[in-house]
Amino acid sequence: MPLPIFALGQAVPSPASMDHRNDPLDTIRAKALWIRRRSFQMVYEAQLGHPGGDFSAADILAALYFGVLRYDPRNPSDPQRDRFVMSKGHCTGAFYAVLAAAGYFPEEMLSTYMQPESRLNGHPNRNYLPGVETNTGPLGHGLPVATGIAIAGQIDGADFRTFVLTGDGELQEGSNWEAALTAGHRRLENLTLIVDRNRLQQGARTEETAGLDPLDDKWRAFGWHVEVIDGHDHRQLYEVLGASPRGRGRPLCVIANTIKGKGVSFMHDNVSWHHGVPTQEQYEQAMRELV
Amino acid sequence: MSAETARNTSLFDCRDTFSRTVESLAEADPRIVTVVSDSVGSSKLVNFRKRWPDRMVNVGIAEQTVVAVGAGLANGGKVPFVSAASCFLTARALEQIKADIAYSNVNVKLIGQSSGVAYGELGPTHHSIEDLAWLRLLTNLTLIVPSDPWETEQAIRAAAAMEGPVFVRVSRMPVPAIPRTVHHFQIGKAEILREGDDLAIIANGVMVHRALDAAATLAFDGIKARVINMSTVNPLDDAAIIAAAETGAVLTVEEHSVRGGLGGAVAEVVTANRPVPVSRMGFPGFLPTGSAEWLLEHFGLTAAGIADAARALLTRKRQ
Repeated sequence: MPLPIFALGQAVPSPASMDHRNDPLDTIRAKALWIRRRSFQMVYEAQLGHPGGDFSAADILAALYFGVLRYDPRNPSDPQRDRFVMSKGHCTGAFYAVLAAAGYFPEEMLSTYMQPESRLNGHPNRNYLPGVETNTGPLGHGLPVATGIAIAGQIDGADFRTFVLTGDGELQEGSNWEAALTAGHRRLENLTLIVDRNRLQQGARTEETAGLDPLDDKWRAFGWHVEVIDGHDHRQLYEVLGASPRGRGRPLCVIANTIKGKGVSFMHDNVSWHHGVPTQEQYEQAMRELV
Repeated sequence: MSAETARNTSLFDCRDTFSRTVESLAEADPRIVTVVSDSVGSSKLVNFRKRWPDRMVNVGIAEQTVVAVGAGLANGGKVPFVSAASCFLTARALEQIKADIAYSNVNVKLIGQSSGVAYGELGPTHHSIEDLAWLRLLTNLTLIVPSDPWETEQAIRAAAAMEGPVFVRVSRMPVPAIPRTVHHFQIGKAEILREGDDLAIIANGVMVHRALDAAATLAFDGIKARVINMSTVNPLDDAAIIAAAETGAVLTVEEHSVRGGLGGAVAEVVTANRPVPVSRMGFPGFLPTGSAEWLLEHFGLTAAGIADAARALLTRKRQ
């Protein structure tokens, strides 16, 4: 039986929404924990997913959606919204969880993750889900599309910002460097790239596969401003991503040093959790640790 | 007016029509932008750049990015015309066309310039005789192959008017204006340029005027060939193809590989609905070096070659 389809842009309260406390860092911390728990439940229920990358990105997504981005889930096509492009489209566990937490669709939908005819495909589809800007999945697509969005903003003198999150192994795709040239050339200060630098790709360490270091120098050489931060430090994320880009005159690359599987001891920096799925015992242990 | 009496000796480069039409559209609609990969001159967009320097985005020699940036510009509310040599645009950036444009279903107009064998002497790397085959699989991507300047303008205007992804295959090979008694263009609607019930010749692009000349030649032998301009390859005008099959023989002619393009599309419809003999004219694969005209001649894609193929097909029809 087809799963229920919700009207795009329908305002729905997220059951998981917590009180917005005065300190945004408290909210970000609470949301990041919820994203980890809920996405791991999705992966456990589906017995499919990419939980290692979900966990390395969870704090970045929480900081963006609960501290940085300007958006209205009831009006997801608002021309003036900030855009977020999830280029590492395989990490839909964390991405769908944060969209639900932000109010784009009801939390219950998360339990349909990767089920037949679910709107929650293994990789995001903008035609079925509000809050998705472009369909990703093949790597190296997000930054070039985000560059186009930022150019549209530049042409119009609009003040919306465009953010894109890539993996680090993903930067081995040449299409990123085409876009890096164009964004640097056009001085797209309204564009921010966040690299989830967990140093692990599908089967091995990035530096053992096709090394990226010195990654910061590469972006600087392409005309970007670079910040290297701890991608699990909510304050750093909030302050660096939230800072006004006005007058910077360059696109911003935030290299967020992260740990694949961050938050669960047996998954930490463990390549087998790229697309590993938990047993019941592992799931229960993870939930005991994620508190 | 018949094709032979309407012979117009003036020849046109449809790229000129493309650029004039885009400029005309851009005057009226500020959302229209052009996106190029160092393909300003080859797209005949030098004047557009002069008039609207801020509305031309040149990403450099980077086809993946030219397509993806088009998708992003659409997200930002623009109506982008992404224009580049068809061979590079469709082959180098095929995954961007699939994921960022078609699957994402965005309002981007892709213009495949100098398609087919226009760059004849430059060799198979620069021929674009596979583009329709691989784009035809992206089912929501509208594909239009105009036959002359009038139809090029209609196609560009129709592409701008519709919401959704479109690919227009523009030729730089000189073509005459197609003689028409009725001027009506509609995406997805085939145009019957000549009536006839002995067989049907289905062509598009630069082959349409040659198909008309072939039909005129066949008429001297008393053979009545219907000539159909199938400028929209997706969505296909199934009804016109099934009606064509009622003649008992269908000949397809295209400036494209014989595999998977217009001929393949027509054969799919004929076999499923009204099986009759089908002959497909086009190119066999990687081609030798030679001018565009030489290549067409060498592979029989001329009025005389089409007429010969039609006669051979009629023999099959009678068997």
